[in-house]
Amino acid sequence: MRHTLSVIVNDTPGVLARVAGLISRRGFNIDSLTVGPSEEPGVSRMTITTIGDEATVEQVMKQLHKLIDVIKVQDLSEDPMVERELILIKIAANPASRSEINGIVEPFRATIVDVGRSSMMIQATGSREKNDAIIELLRPYGIKEIARTGVTALVRAQVAARVK
Amino acid sequence: MSQAIKPAPTSNAPQAKPVQMTGAEMVVESLKRLGVATIFGYPGGAILPIYDALYESGIEHILTRHEQAAIHAAEGFARATGKVGTVMATSGPGATNLITGITDAYMDSTPVVIITGQVATSLIGSDAFQEADVMGITMPITKHNFQVRKTEDIPRILAEAYHIAGTGRPGPVLVDVPKDVANGKANFVFPETVNIRGYNPTTMPSMLQIERVAEAIAEAERPLMYIGGGIISSEASEELRRFARESGIPVASTLMGLGAYPQNDPLYVGMLGMHGTYAANMAIFHCDLLIACGVRFDDRVTGKLERFSPNSKKVHIDVDPAEIGKNVAIEYPIVADAKNALKALLEKAPRANCADWQRQIAAWKAEYPLSFKQQGESLKPQYVIDLINKLTDSRAIVTTEVGQHQMWAAHFYQFNEPRKWITSGGLGTMGYGFPAAIGAQLAKPDELVICIAGDASIQMNIQELQTIAERNIPVKVFIINNGFLGMVRQWQELFHENRLSESKIGAPDFARVAEAFNVKGIRAENTAQAEQAIKDALAHPGPVVVDFIVEEAENVFPMVPPGKGTDELIVKGWEE
Repeated sequence: MRHTLSVIVNDTPGVLARVAGLISRRGFNIDSLTVGPSEEPGVSRMTITTIGDEATVEQVMKQLHKLIDVIKVQDLSEDPMVERELILIKIAANPASRSEINGIVEPFRATIVDVGRSSMMIQATGSREKNDAIIELLRPYGIKEIARTGVTALVRAQVAARVK
Repeated sequence: MSQAIKPAPTSNAPQAKPVQMTGAEMVVESLKRLGVATIFGYPGGAILPIYDALYESGIEHILTRHEQAAIHAAEGFARATGKVGTVMATSGPGATNLITGITDAYMDSTPVVIITGQVATSLIGSDAFQEADVMGITMPITKHNFQVRKTEDIPRILAEAYHIAGTGRPGPVLVDVPKDVANGKANFVFPETVNIRGYNPTTMPSMLQIERVAEAIAEAERPLMYIGGGIISSEASEELRRFARESGIPVASTLMGLGAYPQNDPLYVGMLGMHGTYAANMAIFHCDLLIACGVRFDDRVTGKLERFSPNSKKVHIDVDPAEIGKNVAIEYPIVADAKNALKALLEKAPRANCADWQRQIAAWKAEYPLSFKQQGESLKPQYVIDLINKLTDSRAIVTTEVGQHQMWAAHFYQFNEPRKWITSGGLGTMGYGFPAAIGAQLAKPDELVICIAGDASIQMNIQELQTIAERNIPVKVFIINNGFLGMVRQWQELFHENRLSESKIGAPDFARVAEAFNVKGIRAENTAQAEQAIKDALAHPGPVVVDFIVEEAENVFPMVPPGKGTDELIVKGWEE
């Protein structure tokens, strides 16, 4: 099962190396990792998605919590949460296929952010599943490049997340 | 470990009016306030400002001949006292020479603070002379590490470093000090208290869980305590004794836990694991309630996990929540300091109804006790250790190197008190024991400190003979010399068709080596010489090296072969 962990860390030099290094040397599988400033100065929020059974994820969380610069670790997966990822897709496009692509992009509420002579760039945000779907639909046109940010997430209002 | 390192107001520097100091002076002043009286280390370019500040500071500095020895000595100091050990080294090669010791301290949860010099901040990342990425290198092997970026941060960072090293699950903490930060000047402000967000170890147990454990004990028919180094680091030996006496539950110990429970007590089952006793390994296999306390279910104890204690419900008491359920599923998890947990359990007055089980354990102990037969004049290694035990009245602080001699020392020296047994458990570091003995001796100047070594291991840090000679540190080094990497040879015999690839290792005449360093050296080749040698060594006021030439072929049994269950141990070998 895929788990989404929210990790609150001190924004100190090397903290990303601490977290990423711990995960890799303990042999845990990491799917994506995003990091950025949180609402509090000096504190960053990391979102880590990892695949594993309950015992493995519990061990990941406990090991992360041992890091002195880690303030809090939450598993968001069992609570209602908002999970988002941003992707940029550059696909082959010519004047003939542009409107067709536009038709695909629209229901996904994705946007066309760049148009060239022979390519277009599409920006999509949403759950990883939604982003996978749009990629699959666009694949026949010829995907040139994809950049994905990895998932970032927060728990919805009024629900206390489980803190471990 | 229960006690925090409280800043002691020992300094003459007035707190009210901040005083300007260099970073190096701040290091020394902070160490004084933290109660550090002894440092092990080795100077070099990047740490020179701090060594300059140390000159005439009144802090005792022990100059070892290799940084690896300095950190092992700091570990020995910490293990003998429970205090945080301190080691200093310069940047680059000085720091990287510490790596083995830092890893060793990490694996055995030994509280050590490591202060390393670093090239100036302007040079960091430029592959400067004697630069190494010590932060990157030590991240996986420290509880935490710091690089000081501003001079004024030094007192706070050092206070935090000692606090982190000595509280919760103890461990090594490194502080890297760039040369310009050490030379810089700022106001010295020592923090009154240490408060680290994100670091609040849970030391008190959940009473609900304690009650559940008390109920489980009342229902158990074959309960067993499985205790380890955590009992010693949390100073829980007294509580453990009371708990065993009042509950009637037998106690088996890991290698790291030896001495936490008296070995001459009838409820003591023996050492567990790969070279554990028959009784302990049978008991852990057959018990129905396993109370693990201050242990981490290391593979050297569990053997094959699928066969590990298959019939028991398991309690795990540990201050590190990440250890609970890491290797083995646990029915009763208790996150707490071992001392607090045992105290809380004692209040529930648990009593196990397990007279039959106690009889069964006694029968196992009688069936295959640890024993050996010394025949003729040539020395059996076990005989030598047994003799050392008798002639020192089981009272010495014993350090060991790693290998067969280590296991024989664990088997045949009797440890009845905590902090008398100092050995490299988790990492299995050859070269550990001799410098650790130096640290233990400096920590406990009035006690007898013995290093039981192998002929191969002692060669890894033998240069420290100069350290003990120069300072007349009265450590007794007893070398069990069989001319082999004994444990390697044992594995080759058992698991590699006796192909002895590179395990025969030549040894010098250690008595003469010792004499060359101005240390008393004795050679013993038979039983009569051995007894006399030990007596002479103990009578000699200074350091001594005794080279015991023992039988080559002896192996360590019992043994749980790698990948087997603890019930599949080889018991042959000692009954002939």
